[in-house]
Amino acid sequence: MAELKLMKGNEAIAEAAIRAGADGYFGYPITPQSEILEYLMVEDAFKRTGMVVLQAESEIAAINMVFGAASTGKKILTSSSSPGVSLMQEGISYIAGAEVPCLIVNVVRGGPGLGSIQPSQADYFQSVKGGGHGDYRLIVLAPASVQEMCDFVPLGFDLAFKYRIPVLMLSDGLIGQMMEKVIMFDQIPRATQFDQSWSLTGKPANRQRNTVTSLDMDPYGMENHNRNLQAKYTKIEENEVRFEAIFCDDAEFIFVAYGASARICQKSTQLARDKGLKVGLFRPITLFPFPKKELLALAGKTKAFLSVEMSAGQMIEDIQIATKGKVNVEHFGRYGGVIHSPTEVLEAMENLIKNS
Amino acid sequence: MEFNEIINPGNLVYKKTNLLTDKVLSYCPGCGHGTANRLVMEVIDEMKIQSETIGVASVGCSVLAYEFMDIDMVGAPHGRAPALATGIKRVYPDKFVFTYQGDGDLAAIGTSETIHACNRGENITIIFINNGIYGMTGGQMAPTSLEGMKTSTSPYGRDIESMGHPLKITELVSQLDGVYYVSRQAVHTPSAARKAKKAIRIAFENQKLKKGLSLVEIVSSCNSNWKLSPVKANEWMEENMFPFYPLGDIKVDGVAVKKVL
Amino acid sequence: MARVRGAIVIDVERCKGCGVCVANCPSHVIGLEHAVNSKGYHFSHVENPEECTGCTNCATVCPDAVITVYRKKFD
Repeated sequence: MAELKLMKGNEAIAEAAIRAGADGYFGYPITPQSEILEYLMVEDAFKRTGMVVLQAESEIAAINMVFGAASTGKKILTSSSSPGVSLMQEGISYIAGAEVPCLIVNVVRGGPGLGSIQPSQADYFQSVKGGGHGDYRLIVLAPASVQEMCDFVPLGFDLAFKYRIPVLMLSDGLIGQMMEKVIMFDQIPRATQFDQSWSLTGKPANRQRNTVTSLDMDPYGMENHNRNLQAKYTKIEENEVRFEAIFCDDAEFIFVAYGASARICQKSTQLARDKGLKVGLFRPITLFPFPKKELLALAGKTKAFLSVEMSAGQMIEDIQIATKGKVNVEHFGRYGGVIHSPTEVLEAMENLIKNS
Repeated sequence: MEFNEIINPGNLVYKKTNLLTDKVLSYCPGCGHGTANRLVMEVIDEMKIQSETIGVASVGCSVLAYEFMDIDMVGAPHGRAPALATGIKRVYPDKFVFTYQGDGDLAAIGTSETIHACNRGENITIIFINNGIYGMTGGQMAPTSLEGMKTSTSPYGRDIESMGHPLKITELVSQLDGVYYVSRQAVHTPSAARKAKKAIRIAFENQKLKKGLSLVEIVSSCNSNWKLSPVKANEWMEENMFPFYPLGDIKVDGVAVKKVL
Repeated sequence: MARVRGAIVIDVERCKGCGVCVANCPSHVIGLEHAVNSKGYHFSHVENPEECTGCTNCATVCPDAVITVYRKKFD
């Protein structure tokens, strides 16, 4: 039976992982997401469902444990925060190349470098453009509430297995640390059958051996593999776009924001509407695939977009590409770990309205 | 004619195991990798565990090991094979899981993954091929290159003062409590290969005991990059590698049998 | 007197002519062929078939697993 709980975003991910029937979690402590590993240990996930939880010696080891475990076709996840996710990029590139499904959570903190431990959205480029080497994409989900931190775990696994692709949940220190009520879904049993068409189970006599690799010594073979990957990404762009549009129908000006920034913009939108300003909020839920068509459609009937991000402006580039110059797109955002307030976001919007 | 009488199936005493595929091995002529690949497959064949075995190939000359070994395998990023094997073994504790790694992979870029998998006592088998050089990339200095050894990145010989000492990683990990079995072998002669196969067998059998990690180092030649003929390279290996990397068991049943370091 | 006789079959196309079997045959049965296979290797061949005891040493050290060994006891 579904349960109503009060939880931190990080805890919700951990509980959701157990309930989603995950087979394994491999991670390394880093603020602001250490609660995920801690919660799994406190809850004794192994006792509850048989889910393996292991603290690795580094994020490099953690992502490679994920690579190995997920190569067996089981449901595997890891989580980290920005510097740790940077360390994981090599592994993620291999996993994407080898087409192994898994779930990676990034609870983003301020950067670059060691940066800060406060919330940030400055890992957008790394997440949606392919943070490691080679032409690849991840499906990127951006939760904006503790409820979505919970719900995107099973959703992430479903998408990962549907397309045999690593799915990245791009959260941030704000959503990870804040407490909210969350309706927790019922326990899903762990799988007992695994896809023999590709995964490593030990080779039985009745099938060919399975090899999980990202290597092809033949460049034409590799080009073909890349072509297949691109076709898969196109299919994902056609079928998996998710977004939320609030007050966009009659809006003259639109905030475009995801994750924690979208939560803040939601308040700013209300404040603007209270003042009689026709302001809406467009929230991409999938950052890859990016809701290009939807934004382009809105661009034709809107005076300006304000992209609000806890970064120096990264998603704004995708909005500009999507809207093909049909609308003015401006950026507002605090960064380095500083969270913008609803009133300063509103002020930025009012300035944009004044100058439009 | 006796010859024709001898060659018939009833008299067969040795043939290539079916677990080694028919694909022509990508290794240079005379390279110990081929023999080591075959011995591992012979052990898996004889233990009848093909359907229970998952292998992890690494980066280096053996990067294509999964094309020669007829088992389910994954290709790891450089140095990370023990982490992948950890992941596999943790979700499949009853499968036989092994890594097959060279010295650059295991003892340089993958030192951290190696030491921590060993220290956690993962119930896996590591097959470690040590030829004291980076073969795949063209003969650069490895952490295991001997003092004075000429490589493409130590063209005047490995200078200890500026390039550091050769790393006895096998002795190092044998000190860890999580490690149950460590043996150093070779495959250049029939007797060496037979002993190596026994050690590999023990390293796989040990996985059933769940008492920790088993590692078999195989000191091998890299005749191409040592710039010697295969037979001369094996002689050079006996004269130069074996004194520094002596063959034999180092740790058996969790107990050190040789005083090391 | 009973005598053990051996014979080997070499897959010459897969042989890379490394000569490790030659060096390890205790009975000097094997040599490298002057001719080359399609890859250009001087492949191993049986020079002294009468001397083979079927000890399997050559196959045990062959890096390319190209040697098959047979053995029969003659009375």
